[in-house]
Amino acid sequence: MSDLETFRQEIRSWLEENCPHSLRNPASQEEQVWGGRNIEFPNDDAKLWFERCVEKGYCVPDWPAEYGGAGFDAEQTAIFKEEMNRIKARAPQVNLGIWMVGPVILEFGTEEQKLEHLPKIARGEIRWCQGYSEPGAGSDLAGLQTRAEDKGDHFIVNGSKIWTSYADQADYIYCLVRTDPDAPKRDGITFLLFDMASEGVEAKPIELITGERHFCQTFFDNVEVPKKAVLGEINKGWTVAKRVLEFERNMMSDLGSTVASTLEPRGAAQRYLAQNENGELKDSVIREAIARHEVYKKSFDVTQQRMVDEFTHGAGNMNTAMIFKYCGTEEEKRKYELLLKIMGEKALGWNDNDHFADDELSVTLDWMGAKTHTIAGGTSEIQLNIIAKRVLGLPGVMS
Amino acid sequence: MALAFNEEQRSLKQTAKDFAQSKTPVEAFRKLRDEQDPTGYSKELWSEMVELGWAGMTFPESYGGFEFGYMGLAGCMKELGRTLTASPLLSNVLLSGSTILYAGSEAQKQELLPGIASGEVSYALAMDEGIHHDPAQTALSANADGDSYVLNGNKSMVIDGHVADQLIVLARTAGDAGDTDGLSLFVVDPNSSGLKIETVKLIDSRGYARITFNNVSVGKQQLLGELDQAFAPLDKALDRARVCLAAEMLGGIEEVFERTIEYLKERKQFGVLIGTFQALQHRAAHMYTQIEMCKSALMSALDALENDNDNFAALCSGAKAIINEAYELVTNESVQMHGGIGVTDELDIGLFLKRARVSAELLGSASFHYQRVASFEGY
Repeated sequence: MSDLETFRQEIRSWLEENCPHSLRNPASQEEQVWGGRNIEFPNDDAKLWFERCVEKGYCVPDWPAEYGGAGFDAEQTAIFKEEMNRIKARAPQVNLGIWMVGPVILEFGTEEQKLEHLPKIARGEIRWCQGYSEPGAGSDLAGLQTRAEDKGDHFIVNGSKIWTSYADQADYIYCLVRTDPDAPKRDGITFLLFDMASEGVEAKPIELITGERHFCQTFFDNVEVPKKAVLGEINKGWTVAKRVLEFERNMMSDLGSTVASTLEPRGAAQRYLAQNENGELKDSVIREAIARHEVYKKSFDVTQQRMVDEFTHGAGNMNTAMIFKYCGTEEEKRKYELLLKIMGEKALGWNDNDHFADDELSVTLDWMGAKTHTIAGGTSEIQLNIIAKRVLGLPGVMS
Repeated sequence: MALAFNEEQRSLKQTAKDFAQSKTPVEAFRKLRDEQDPTGYSKELWSEMVELGWAGMTFPESYGGFEFGYMGLAGCMKELGRTLTASPLLSNVLLSGSTILYAGSEAQKQELLPGIASGEVSYALAMDEGIHHDPAQTALSANADGDSYVLNGNKSMVIDGHVADQLIVLARTAGDAGDTDGLSLFVVDPNSSGLKIETVKLIDSRGYARITFNNVSVGKQQLLGELDQAFAPLDKALDRARVCLAAEMLGGIEEVFERTIEYLKERKQFGVLIGTFQALQHRAAHMYTQIEMCKSALMSALDALENDNDNFAALCSGAKAIINEAYELVTNESVQMHGGIGVTDELDIGLFLKRARVSAELLGSASFHYQRVASFEGY
């Protein structure tokens, strides 16, 4: 048996012994375990699973052991994920620290910063939020105005961030601030890591069309931030910021695969629409739209594999990866519009558990939620700008 | 599983690319059209393609073929689609050859396939009757009469039907139009008494025929394969042709797209390159994303075919459907982005636009194929 095969067997038997059976299915939003100072568990199994994973470093399996990870290399991490997926094991901890800021601290951080921040993420002690967009800086992120004035041994931060998800519950923020107002806009930005409990920080939730309140506007009023909070170099924060966005886009393109599955167009049509004696949908327009969605979804799902196979056969090209955020989120939006057409009134209920089933109400909320996915993490239009510039080489494009 | 061409397939594809670029560039197709060539393709160049082994690429060696597989031929078709190469590969090899291969008896395969592989005999498949592709709707009747069958009815959109040496005719021997049972195939001499062939001119300047059968008598030995059971083997053959036609179309899509991007980088208006306009950039980038999806759809269908997977037919329909849509999108956008020159005959884009619409109808529209996917999936 190869080393990797032995490794797979070890992971498989560890998971078999340690992952509670009640957690071997997708988690709903309420069942997710968010790390942080105020960590809460939906049940005892979730707590046990979290503690066992923390002990082994399995919340962040590919991080080095000295920072709280399991020290797995790329192949081992892939096997670990496959084995987790095989039994549909839930993520032991959800945290922006794990998939967004942690990787950039590993890449850009000083040894002191790594030791300070990474083990706390790995152990679920600190929950992170992201301070990027501002009321006046959305797609034009580099136009951000939140000021950090250099006061020698510290900065004084003033301004406001928007769309800071769960800022009202987060312990730390990674935040883009302007440190040189006179430099060209991308050259005067610094990437700061600081405590949300600092004096002068206030987070106010914003209610969305879905009724959810996890996005916030966050205000900074003369917040004192120590100099050691700079990740990377002063005025070079844009480089770090772009890396985080790459992680975010990769994550968003496969949104939906980790949360509990809701109704799909085919199943919804079979539940709500008339069929003939062969089980064929009578509405041929809807039937065709469902088939179209499924063909697109399948083609999208195999694209990653096609890239890998093309590389194996010497005809690889990274450009293909640029389509994922745009195609994934746009097709998701089309899917929900189709679901609304299929379900009629059943997809229009609002917080009415008396007359609508849970999965019906979910479709309604997810339909609205899908609108945020083509905006957050770089709008569809920004994705098209990037393709036009980097893939097609069109001239004079904004980026 | 491999969603990429392997080394052998890439080598075949490269040969086809060299051939298409040097022997059959778009200008060659334009010349055929301008001269109103009655055949619709160059017989000399077809002989060269036969010598390259393309006519027998998909047949087993025992029938005079080379067993390179449909994926190999699909790679070639993609390159030929880039230059609008006119050839009887689709009508003769993919449609007729595959039909003989899957429907024919052992003796018929031994007798007929080597003639296709060697280029000695050309066949055309007379299948559709209405304005859309839908072989189950066949109504042309074949009634037994002693040692023969008598054929009555009409066929339309018979690709290269005006020049083929032999016709393979789909006929109804039982049941009603719409039934998949009760269909049979016959090999028919186009010079038979009562058979009338009319050349039909379509926008893509390729060769098509309408054929009328008025008491055409064919011997019982001309029945290809089993009586009443033609639909399943025919559909199997059609899927091979469909996926290769989709490959040809994707070649055309990529060519039109690349030419359009080049134009955006050289055409100036208001003192700047039009490629700097975001209105055009976004549409160009959107096309890119759709082409990438088409590649994934095509390669997963070819991979399923290569591995003989059960889901091939559904993946084939999916690929043909989204490639139909993408060819429409890309040709329309290309004409629009070229502006006035885009609607002139001088620019090659118009030739691709016309070919795109005919190809979309051939072997099934997007609607036909989406409905077919739904049927396979049981909803």
